[in-house]
Amino acid sequence: MTVAAQTLVVVIALGALVVVLWMVRRGLLKERFALIWLAVGVGMVMLVLVRPLLDRVSEAIGIRSGTTTLFLLAILVILGILLQLSVSLTALEERLRDLAEAIALDRVRSPDGEPGAPVEDTDDR
Amino acid sequence: MDTDATLVIVPAYDEQDSVGDVVHRVRALGLPCLVVDDGSADATADKANAAGATVVRMPVNTGVGGALRAGFRYAVEHGYGRAVQVDADLQHPPEAVPELLAALDGGAQLAIGSRFADGYEVGKARRWAMRFLAFVVRLRTGVALDDVTSGFRAVSEPLLSVFAYRFPAEYLGDTVEAILMAHATGATIAQVPVAMAPRRHGEATPSLRAGGHLARLVVALIAGKPSEMAR
Repeated sequence: MTVAAQTLVVVIALGALVVVLWMVRRGLLKERFALIWLAVGVGMVMLVLVRPLLDRVSEAIGIRSGTTTLFLLAILVILGILLQLSVSLTALEERLRDLAEAIALDRVRSPDGEPGAPVEDTDDR
Repeated sequence: MDTDATLVIVPAYDEQDSVGDVVHRVRALGLPCLVVDDGSADATADKANAAGATVVRMPVNTGVGGALRAGFRYAVEHGYGRAVQVDADLQHPPEAVPELLAALDGGAQLAIGSRFADGYEVGKARRWAMRFLAFVVRLRTGVALDDVTSGFRAVSEPLLSVFAYRFPAEYLGDTVEAILMAHATGATIAQVPVAMAPRRHGEATPSLRAGGHLARLVVALIAGKPSEMAR
């Protein structure tokens, strides 16, 4: 990889670092997710700057070209992040359902349209 | 708003065995007590009610920080000028609340009950982490505090209103980040030595998860989140 290409990757990674930290600062991104993206950035820079490392990893797992290894790793990382996001989304949906139920139980109305006595919350998780 | 009206906030999660005692002892001081039941599955809310506390029930578990924020909001929206946070597990002696309030009288907006003044014993790893956090706080604020993770605190307006809407809900956010937010608003921070009982439930979190909490805090600090949130 040429020096110019390496520089480009490092600049992109540094740019991503700044954007991620700015988003954390403004409360747009949870630190939990930021940590993942920061790790991805650091890993990317390391693999690009330490070319022998990438080649040795390729050799060890029987892949001839370092580029292929890089793509393979990238895809695995992306799949991992997607899986993690699906898990987070599942938990979020569950919480949202809990919340909707709790609010509904607080908004009970009797048949004559008057606010009724709140139904006892028997949800004993 | 009555600047001297004080509300004692007790965040509680599955603390049916101790919350009643805490509420009784708070009420004995002549102060109103709000228990924020953080989605408990046990009789925490009933015990708190029976002991004379107003109870807010969170529909889902939100963590100590989330429960406290709800409590601070309740305080602000009901005209209280001061709030004290006391744990439901009897770790904090309610009898020391007046000492925290005295620190507010002395001009502080945030008074922190500190447990090291009286030879409080904790595990080695936990002690190391607490020293590191105290160092970070001193670096950022210039204020030397012994016990930055103490959850025994009193807060007054205008800081109370900031906490009511921007209080960090994450673990360590409700303690360490809250101090940095307070500092960023220009609040005076005071430390009050208090004798505390050891946690009854042992170490709060396993070390791996504690490491994750620390990493999260470090990212938040590098990003400068507390000062931004204090604006």
